[in-house]
Amino acid sequence: MKEKYLINARIVDPKNKMDEKGGLIIDEKGQIKAVGKKVNSLNIPNDVEKIDLKDQILLPGLVDMRVFVGEPGFEYKENFRTLSNAALSGGVTSVVSMPNTSPVIDNVSMVDFLKRRGRDKSKINIFPAASLTKNTNGEQMTEFGLLKRKGIAAFTDGIKTIQNPQLMSRIMNFASQSNSLIMQHAEDNILSKGGLINDGEISTRLGLQGIPYLAEKIIVERDLAFLEDYFCRYHISQVSSKKTIDVIRKAKKEGKIFTAGVSINNLSLNENDIGDFKTFLKLSPPLRTENDRISLIEGINDGSIDVIVSDHKPEDEESKRLTFAKAATGAAGVETLLPLALELFHNNSIKLEKLIASMTSNPAKILDIDKGSLDIGNDADLCLLDINKPWVVKQNELRSKSKNTPIENRKLQGQIIKTFIKGEIVFNRS
Amino acid sequence: MAITKKLKTVKIKQNHLLGIQDLSYSEISHILDEAKTFIKLNKSSSKKVDLLRGKTQINLFFEPSTRTQSSFELAGKRLGADVMSMNIINSAIKKGETLIDTAMTLNAMHPDIIVIRHQDSGAPNLLSQKVNCAVINAGDGRREHPTQALLDALTIINRKGKVQGLKIAICGDILHSRVARSNIYLMNMLGAEINVVAPKTLLPHSIERLGVKAYTDMKKGLDNCDIVMMLRLQHERMQGSFVPSPREYYEYFGLTHDKLKLAKKDALIMHPGPMNRGVEIDTNLADDINRSVIREQVELGVAVRMACLKIFCKKI
Repeated sequence: MKEKYLINARIVDPKNKMDEKGGLIIDEKGQIKAVGKKVNSLNIPNDVEKIDLKDQILLPGLVDMRVFVGEPGFEYKENFRTLSNAALSGGVTSVVSMPNTSPVIDNVSMVDFLKRRGRDKSKINIFPAASLTKNTNGEQMTEFGLLKRKGIAAFTDGIKTIQNPQLMSRIMNFASQSNSLIMQHAEDNILSKGGLINDGEISTRLGLQGIPYLAEKIIVERDLAFLEDYFCRYHISQVSSKKTIDVIRKAKKEGKIFTAGVSINNLSLNENDIGDFKTFLKLSPPLRTENDRISLIEGINDGSIDVIVSDHKPEDEESKRLTFAKAATGAAGVETLLPLALELFHNNSIKLEKLIASMTSNPAKILDIDKGSLDIGNDADLCLLDINKPWVVKQNELRSKSKNTPIENRKLQGQIIKTFIKGEIVFNRS
Repeated sequence: MAITKKLKTVKIKQNHLLGIQDLSYSEISHILDEAKTFIKLNKSSSKKVDLLRGKTQINLFFEPSTRTQSSFELAGKRLGADVMSMNIINSAIKKGETLIDTAMTLNAMHPDIIVIRHQDSGAPNLLSQKVNCAVINAGDGRREHPTQALLDALTIINRKGKVQGLKIAICGDILHSRVARSNIYLMNMLGAEINVVAPKTLLPHSIERLGVKAYTDMKKGLDNCDIVMMLRLQHERMQGSFVPSPREYYEYFGLTHDKLKLAKKDALIMHPGPMNRGVEIDTNLADDINRSVIREQVELGVAVRMACLKIFCKKI
């Protein structure tokens, strides 16, 4: 591969506090050789490939910490190839895949399978998460040490929460030994049992059983109490309510070390969007009130929340074309993560650097991986963004195998033009 | 409520009767006016007309029901429609067929009207998107039971002359009750003042936002009321414990002579049935023909359903 000179871009790299006009050099191995204003059209050698980025924004490829793949077991919902295509069109170059497959990713042999499939069928970097407990049953913990050595990036029961407090305390205690990252989906099973949407006026009107914010808050409070005695790398996968943010903010202020994420859905939508029983908006955690949504934005701005995830959960039509109570939970979103997040930039809710950091350097730091930044020597995983391009989300134009987008017909501003992995252009919008 | 000839020209906008929420004041007046014309017919010796002759009505009941199902069946038959009641227990639903597939199958038989009751809120809405006949909601989950509210309104109008200005107490298991929700929307629209009375565990979140006053004390909630609407304690919809025991519930929330004294002297007692005697209502009160209009509700239910079938059957 020839050296590539990307010139005439606005380089935004939150980790290195860079936001300047300049360029980026990719060496023969597909790694970043130089970046910044010094790379410009005046100093390009003759025998290299030159790409003019025409003043668009060059970002590190996004790192999405919560993505569901259908493999193995649910290939009809999403496979590695379709996930990869969807992710790349949204500028996502690395994902953490959830272990809720069939069978569940809970042992070493499954990791080999995943890595092989991921390598053969997808272009993006797959960082598989394994389950915290065997078969996500919430009873017997998995082999954190052995799995981590095999390349597991994080541990989570994905859509499930460790309910048993004794087990959770032991997981946190044991995981610290292998320095494993624990990611908790915070929802108390009993409080949320039978619940379908946020407990509030909308649930009363629609006659749907509510999920109280307390279901989330008490798990977060419980786990943070454990963290005092059993310190480990602990991450709350998704926060949805103001009351939980208050708990997190207070704990961080007191010096507790942990991280938290939020789904782009909870940041951009609220319970009113469910309208007339739209099953594509049946999500976990549920969409909550506008006040909750605003507090989540504040949470990003004051550092209470570290990352934004797509919570990409592809579901086929048959799983969604049911009554609200019977429909599957989740929404596809990996390819609209960045464009939808940019709404928050365009409407002055969140600064660009903060927004990008929450989808690049912050998740990379939590996962302890060399991604999400334009550090010299890193793989050149990049994306090129036209931040003002207006477009409309259309189900049938999505690349994901499942079309369950919660934002059909939404008018967005900002679109990915090109995506690079290890210096190769792997997506190019025509 | 003024029932005038002028209102009879009102066109109903909706193709389906999914909930009171979708209806306007004039549309409701129109339905109630139609229903009035059937009350007399139902009392006469020849109860049959041929307004819906040649039309097919399918009753699709996913939940057990005695009075609503038989009421709809009778209503359809008296209008001359061919009525078929699906027995879900023996149907393909039990073999794993989805609601949509069942709907498509039935739709292929060209019904003119489907009456549906379903345990899931919103099921009639889903059904209505997939069939090309009129859909009438006979109760969905906790959401709506529009014909029950309409027959309640008709019963009140029959006895009190109007709904406007009356004070109505809806008491009991509000949380799980579609009857309560439909009645709150309807009575509000007709100009009544509504109190809901229930233990806190059976009051839904933000219920005041629906335009009611919420009480946890029967004495305060019944004060000066014209109508006392009792609801059934819905054991089948309850997960876990909401009240300590039927005995405790009856003590504080059951309708007794003592508690009824707080309402107006001529206050009427209503109940959508089936009743849990001695749990939510004193058995003698339920049978007191001077106070209780529970049997009248059932009687007028047929007339209201005839009106709904007539109006919505012609829509599509």
